[in-house]
Amino acid sequence: MTNQQLKVAMVVVALIAIVVIVPNTNSFVILLATRALAFSILVMSLDILLGFTGLASLGQAAYLGVGAYLTAILATRYQFGLGFDFWLVIVLGILLGAALAAIFGLLAIRATGVYFLMITLALGQCVWGLAYRWNSLTGGDNGINLRGRPKFGIDLANEITFFYVVLAFFAASLLLMYVLVRSPFGRSLAGIRERELRMRILGYNTWLHKYIAFVIAGGFGGLSGVLWAHTAGIVSPENVVLTTSVDALLMAVLGGAGTLVGGVIGAGIVFGLREYLSTLVPWWQYVLGAVYVLTILFLPTGLMGIPERIRRWRASPRKPEGAKQLASIPS
Amino acid sequence: MTHTWLRRAGQLLLGLSLALAMRPVSTAGAEELRIGFVAPTTGIFAQVGKDMVDGFQLYLDETKSDFGGAQVKFIVEDEQGKPDTAVTKAKKLVLQDKVQMFVGGLLASSGYALAPVSTAEKTLYIPTIPAADDLTQRDLAKYPYMIRTGWSSSQPSHPFGQWACDQGYKKIVAIGADYAFGYEVIGGFQKAFEDCGGKIIQKIWPPIGTKDFGPYIPTIKQDADAIFTLMVGPMSLQFPKQLAASGNKKPVLGGGTSYDEFVLPSMGDEVIGHVSALQYSAALDTPKNADFVKKYRAKYGKVPSYYSESNYTTAQMIHEIIQKNKGKFPGAEEFIKQLAAMKVDTPRGPVTIDEMRNPVQNIYIKKVEKKKMFGYDKDELWNTVIKTYPNVGQFWTYDKAAFLKQPVYNRDFPPCKFCE
Repeated sequence: MTNQQLKVAMVVVALIAIVVIVPNTNSFVILLATRALAFSILVMSLDILLGFTGLASLGQAAYLGVGAYLTAILATRYQFGLGFDFWLVIVLGILLGAALAAIFGLLAIRATGVYFLMITLALGQCVWGLAYRWNSLTGGDNGINLRGRPKFGIDLANEITFFYVVLAFFAASLLLMYVLVRSPFGRSLAGIRERELRMRILGYNTWLHKYIAFVIAGGFGGLSGVLWAHTAGIVSPENVVLTTSVDALLMAVLGGAGTLVGGVIGAGIVFGLREYLSTLVPWWQYVLGAVYVLTILFLPTGLMGIPERIRRWRASPRKPEGAKQLASIPS
Repeated sequence: MTHTWLRRAGQLLLGLSLALAMRPVSTAGAEELRIGFVAPTTGIFAQVGKDMVDGFQLYLDETKSDFGGAQVKFIVEDEQGKPDTAVTKAKKLVLQDKVQMFVGGLLASSGYALAPVSTAEKTLYIPTIPAADDLTQRDLAKYPYMIRTGWSSSQPSHPFGQWACDQGYKKIVAIGADYAFGYEVIGGFQKAFEDCGGKIIQKIWPPIGTKDFGPYIPTIKQDADAIFTLMVGPMSLQFPKQLAASGNKKPVLGGGTSYDEFVLPSMGDEVIGHVSALQYSAALDTPKNADFVKKYRAKYGKVPSYYSESNYTTAQMIHEIIQKNKGKFPGAEEFIKQLAAMKVDTPRGPVTIDEMRNPVQNIYIKKVEKKKMFGYDKDELWNTVIKTYPNVGQFWTYDKAAFLKQPVYNRDFPPCKFCE
């Protein structure tokens, strides 16, 4: 068994563990797990940009937003997407997310670094502005309530059934994104991340690579939005606001950028602290803050970097004194 | 690298087992009344949330949490000012804590988010603060397990529009926060004012959270007799200051939240003489309110706002129903039926509930004055009541059916006929 196969096996085992364990917890934990999984599709989509292409986007919530608003508007106005046509809404959500990213990408991909950050932020806020001000369509500040989840043979109103559905979508997205980043295309993305100029000299159309990655990330964002709308039961401008994008970015960094799985770990921890710990203690914000600060200070590679650091720390005593100090400097 | 991944998986499993270990077990005693309370206790609305919780808590302390034999278990959950967090927390209260009812929510959006949870979970929901008109108007049929004890946004605005007309104002400029609550408060005022013969000659909508009104104040039309404002939060503090600095001499009227007791203590003398309308004023000179204000102030060091009063009153209403049922929760539908048939004497005055589950209550026209009240020795700003409209319902004097046929007040309704 090669190293990579072992990693995959681990993730599969973890997924199976989730399948077995979560439904046996109480219904609130199931609800939280569903929320974290639906959101982590967005975080993973961001990770394609952040971790694999080196583009930090601050507007990722926009794609979740269009997917979610599409679902809510179709369901409440046209009673569409509440039966087998749910699958059609999934497809439409993905297409809409991708289409929006295709438009935004034209504007954003030209820039890099902090300029890319600012353009995506501005574009994301445009979507927020629309959601907030287009009262007749989006319900403005009050948002849109969904009444009931789809029913097609299985009834998604059942929290456990719905949890399995979201988990299935999550697993499928993880698999697709994994295949994507391991493909030659994904490898060239990593090349762009490391040194774009060299890739360009080697004859790669780096703009097109980044653009396609951006569109794909938008598509996954749209999917995450459709699931999110049914998970939360309400879609409001709060879902597209800047802090939601920042949340996604922080979760990706917290779990470990460039690992995909880190996204779900980050999402799990943030949702766990913000929505579970906050029901137990009033000082949950300090814990969340401390987790962020400590991660940034000591684990620039995120929580997924912990094993690597332990390995290095174990290996270091054999080295001379100077090297040991060097090794302990966070890189 | 192999054991790297083994350890990574170990981390994951450790996390999972921790999550499982934290799983609480809820056991319910026979004589226990579990009340869930959803309010923002962190984030930008945390201070308002504190007023809400304090109001409810004060009543519990007074009664030692004993509601006619039932011991109240009061569980506060933080909605963080976000509608979907409010939903998650309400579900937590229902599914995990098995509460008999959940109370609260702050923003209209939270109210709209929480009401469907009550329908889906068949659990009683009491919106004490969310004032969105349609919760108890056009959308009422969707929420059979909800009964409102606070107010609807346009409820104080209708009599206020009439009052402004009675003062002889002919032309008024409205300036208000650009969101649903603002539209409803200003819409109600405009309807009543124009039905009486007045004219709203201009509507200005600064975005919510505006701190610099420099671009808006100079555009206010000079031929107006008065200015009607609807501000919320920090906007309430900034607007009167900047308006005064611009040399304004026109009378200023305002929606309830522009001058409620949550913002009033932080305001300067520039607001003296401003008039607003709401169902509560801390300066209400009744023995019941004087008692409430003194107790609240002694305990929390500040004057109660309508956020506190509404939740205090709601606790009182729940108490009276449970007492009537000898310490048993009668079920959501029966609870609503009994509460709707009840007349409650509260700090804000007598309250009954109409057939659309919204309170019928006094609306007070209040003028900000600097004076001493209730034996406190310092001059402070108080919302002195200058006129009381008794027993005002959400439809005011309008025909209910006709009222419900018109759209909910929004940015374009009522249309601004007299704007140029």
